[in-house]
Amino acid sequence: MMKDITFGQYFPADSIVHRFDPRAKLLLSLLLMIFIFVAGNFWALFLIGGTVLTLMMISKVPVRLYLRNVKSIFPIILFTSLLNALYTSSGTVLLKWWIFTVTTGGLTRAAFMSLRILFLIFSSALLTYTTTPNDLTDAIERVLKPLKFIGLGNAVHTMAMMMTIALRFIPTLIEETEKIMNAQKARGADLESGNLMHRIKAMLPILIPLLISSVRRAYELAEAMECRCYHGGKGRKRMKQMKLSRADYIGSAVLVVLCACVIPINLFL
Amino acid sequence: MAFLSVENLTYTYGQNTPFEKTAIKDISFSAEKGEIIGLIGHTGSGKSTLVQHLNGLIKPQSGQILLDGTDIWADEKKIREIRFRVGLVFQYPEYQLFEETVEKDIAFGPTNMGLSPEEIKARVYAAAQSVGLREELLAQSPFDLSGGEKRRAAIAGVMAMQPEILIFDEPTAGLDPAGRDQILENIVKYRDATGATILIVSHSMEDMAKVAEKILVMNHGSLALSGTTESVYAQADALVGMGLNVPQITKVFLALRRFGIDLPLVYTVDGAFDAILSFRKGGAPV
Repeated sequence: MMKDITFGQYFPADSIVHRFDPRAKLLLSLLLMIFIFVAGNFWALFLIGGTVLTLMMISKVPVRLYLRNVKSIFPIILFTSLLNALYTSSGTVLLKWWIFTVTTGGLTRAAFMSLRILFLIFSSALLTYTTTPNDLTDAIERVLKPLKFIGLGNAVHTMAMMMTIALRFIPTLIEETEKIMNAQKARGADLESGNLMHRIKAMLPILIPLLISSVRRAYELAEAMECRCYHGGKGRKRMKQMKLSRADYIGSAVLVVLCACVIPINLFL
Repeated sequence: MAFLSVENLTYTYGQNTPFEKTAIKDISFSAEKGEIIGLIGHTGSGKSTLVQHLNGLIKPQSGQILLDGTDIWADEKKIREIRFRVGLVFQYPEYQLFEETVEKDIAFGPTNMGLSPEEIKARVYAAAQSVGLREELLAQSPFDLSGGEKRRAAIAGVMAMQPEILIFDEPTAGLDPAGRDQILENIVKYRDATGATILIVSHSMEDMAKVAEKILVMNHGSLALSGTTESVYAQADALVGMGLNVPQITKVFLALRRFGIDLPLVYTVDGAFDAILSFRKGGAPV
């Protein structure tokens, strides 16, 4: 059961979206997300949404994986559309009951907001499905590099390194948790039954050893890094250099133009 | 009917996925009360998967485990009781210590069994004694102990449940020779005192030569060899073929035999000592 926990959610495949430069991908997904909000009418939203859907199709990631993301966010979509449907009063009144009024305007607005959230989920999933967690951290580090001009250069590197280490150790920790759980179960620990308080207490024999070994591992890792002369990001070079290819430029240009189209559509349609 | 009998056990990890991997296939063996059995095999041969079956941490996909004639999975709700009867000491058990004091940590198992406080206390002291932990250590935090003491405290935690079968997964891994000998000695003493069946997982042929009476050898998930220690060690070539090393002294004797010197096959230094003495007495030309 522990193995079902997904971290990051990279789906390995060979597609244009996968090969796209991670930095550009990160920035472009941000751009898409911003323009999902900039889009003020259905035409504009469909343009951006259509772009996202097209990218999803060519990403070679199974559609059901994208839909799985929607499932977890579904209550939020339901809640927002309910609020929008009930509290927007424009257009013709369709239904009136107690203090609630449902209007055509309300329904349209609810549909619009739901689509927005849906496309938002899809575009973030598009990024995480097609980029490995490590590439993503590297991309974040690169994109935030200009912060060094306000004296945050080292902080950016440190954060990125911390994220990389955290990601690296998730599988290790899962394995370790399983081992400790088994060891305590062998001593008769009862992890499955009892009320909430009982269960929380039953987790202690697992959490304490896990915490202790994590701290120990952190010390060991820090020592190993120091032995290899790690001294932060200054003067550090990468084995894998990221380089923008022609496809990256063309793809970025196309997406930027598509996003830019939203503004005239907003104004004139 | 043997006390513990394992019949046609097979287990595959990640069944019906692309990562499918058969860990153990068609394993059968039996053990009697009071036996010390060595389970040998190189890394990834399925030893750990097998021992986790024996105390019900893994449910068999096919085959069964009979303890005293009853299938341990006969009543799924009672699997916890099986874990009290079949104690399992994991590899590096010191990482499972969690209580404030050594005494409380050793008492974790007996407490889960629902014993009376007096009984728990008696068992904790008995267990501490059988692993050679000094009494004053019981009041200390387990995290203040030395590495070897931690290991012994963790082993005491399982012994305190007084299981009828006690399984050790690599009990001597990472210990110095003195610590190693002491743990093995404690295990034998525990068997002598309680009459429990002991199963030791190891890849040290030297260690097993010292304590085991029967040997099971696993290779690629199957039981490759089994029998008395003598009969298994005599098949040195087969063992080497499975990536296992016979004890150094056995290698020396094998080489001597290749030179045509008529010596018996030995696998401990003590045995070699006796063999050479009787060889000299026999007066055969060297």
